[in-house]
Amino acid sequence: MKLRPIVGIVLRQIYLLRGSPVRLFPMVTWVAIDIVLWGFITRYLNTVSGSGMDFVPSLLGGVLLWDFCTRIMQGVTTAFLEDVWSRNFLNLFSSPLSISEYITGLVITSVATSSIGLVVMVLLATGVFHLEFFSLGLPLIAFLTVLFVFGISLGIFGSAIVLRFGPASEWLLWPLPALLSPFAAVFYPLGVLPQWMQWVSRALPPSYVFEGMRTLLADRPFPGTLLLQGSLVAAAELLLAAYFYARVYRHAVRTGLLARYSAESVA
Amino acid sequence: MPISVPKNRPDRPALSAFHLRKVYGAVTALDDVSFSVNRGEIVGLLGPNGAGKTTTINMILGVLAATTGSIEIDGIDISKQRALALARTNFAAVYAALPGNLTVVENLRFFALLYGVESMRTRVEELLQEFDLAHLRHTKCGLLSSGEQTRAALAKALLNRPQLLLLDEPTASLDPSAAQLIRAKIKSLATQDHCGILWASHNMNEVEEVCDRVLFLSRGRVLLQGNPRTLPHEHGASSLEDLFIRVAREPLSTAAVVAS
Repeated sequence: MKLRPIVGIVLRQIYLLRGSPVRLFPMVTWVAIDIVLWGFITRYLNTVSGSGMDFVPSLLGGVLLWDFCTRIMQGVTTAFLEDVWSRNFLNLFSSPLSISEYITGLVITSVATSSIGLVVMVLLATGVFHLEFFSLGLPLIAFLTVLFVFGISLGIFGSAIVLRFGPASEWLLWPLPALLSPFAAVFYPLGVLPQWMQWVSRALPPSYVFEGMRTLLADRPFPGTLLLQGSLVAAAELLLAAYFYARVYRHAVRTGLLARYSAESVA
Repeated sequence: MPISVPKNRPDRPALSAFHLRKVYGAVTALDDVSFSVNRGEIVGLLGPNGAGKTTTINMILGVLAATTGSIEIDGIDISKQRALALARTNFAAVYAALPGNLTVVENLRFFALLYGVESMRTRVEELLQEFDLAHLRHTKCGLLSSGEQTRAALAKALLNRPQLLLLDEPTASLDPSAAQLIRAKIKSLATQDHCGILWASHNMNEVEEVCDRVLFLSRGRVLLQGNPRTLPHEHGASSLEDLFIRVAREPLSTAAVVAS
């Protein structure tokens, strides 16, 4: 891998943000709305439950982490879709840029854009709703890393879907996180799900993360096994997503899909 | 790290295509197409719509794989050393405009990084001057006139000082004066910089003026090739356009006879 093409992909995104700062708006707006909405819901639950249980860490913390994962995925797919929307595939893929350089550029772009959202979420959640986000310490960083890797995998998988099925299939991408969220056990323990849903959950690294976070919040011992299982599943899925993208790319080159892409995105 | 491009080898053709064949199910888009483009040579790629010109160009650009056959750019097999081969190539086409949401200078810097261009800022400035784009440097490409977009695309195509340049209707949207300037510039690329150029066009006058050699493609095959100024006469046609029309309208078997 060479550095310059990766810098090019990242720089392009910086140019786009500089050229139209309004692009920052969706990066912060939706996450801010989520935090405010769930912040007040948790406050309300705290007052009516009467159990003395604090819903802020489990519910608002869950929203924050799930949004982080979703933003990572959307960071990758949005950077990819920039090339679809601007019909840039022919210029891009006829350059010496390799697939690994392209994907690395997309991932770095995603880290940068989703970090903006994460900062906004943490500021709001801690400042307004008193979520002690960093009180979990190092385990939080470990679990965040698992969510980060899963978000990247989803983003690469989603980009491959669009590459394979054409520009119109971008509409399959946006509901993907919502589709997975019931299985990810963001707000409830895995045990409440029916058996078949639990099997699906086991294939999703976030389910390990959220189970692990709940264990920590309940002051039980560090869930090392959950972290290890989640990390292994996340790493395997990242490799699978990269393999899937590479296969789809080769298919697109073999069948002429890549060459036709510019014309198709006009339609 | 910039892409390491070995020195030019003037003894090698800029482009060699060997027995290219592309099959989509029952349709054969290209059938045993072989040709070369030498250094400093401008080769016109002619043919009616659907003849296989864009298929050929896409294969050379590495965005379409040949069913069989191979392509070498400066002696480098594109299927084996894709990045190295493409670092020596560039292209401009009417159907591949630069991203409209980036300014001219942003586009040039973006592609300069993709191509690993050394002294990027200097090279970009040179091209902005050369293509009279300096005053438009901060204009988004989507807001440029079609002629300005063509000039921007050509500037991008020369960023890496390619040894093989692929042009698909490069002057299609230019006024006669601008087209004449661009033709002169491209000719000087071939004569002074020894760049091999493959030029797809439907403008026969332009082809006759610019190209050293032409290839006629029809139904995925090379039917004729030769000097555009003598070829019509050799085949009993009054002009290159007349020859084009005959080749385009006749069934392949008859056209093959014309070719022979």
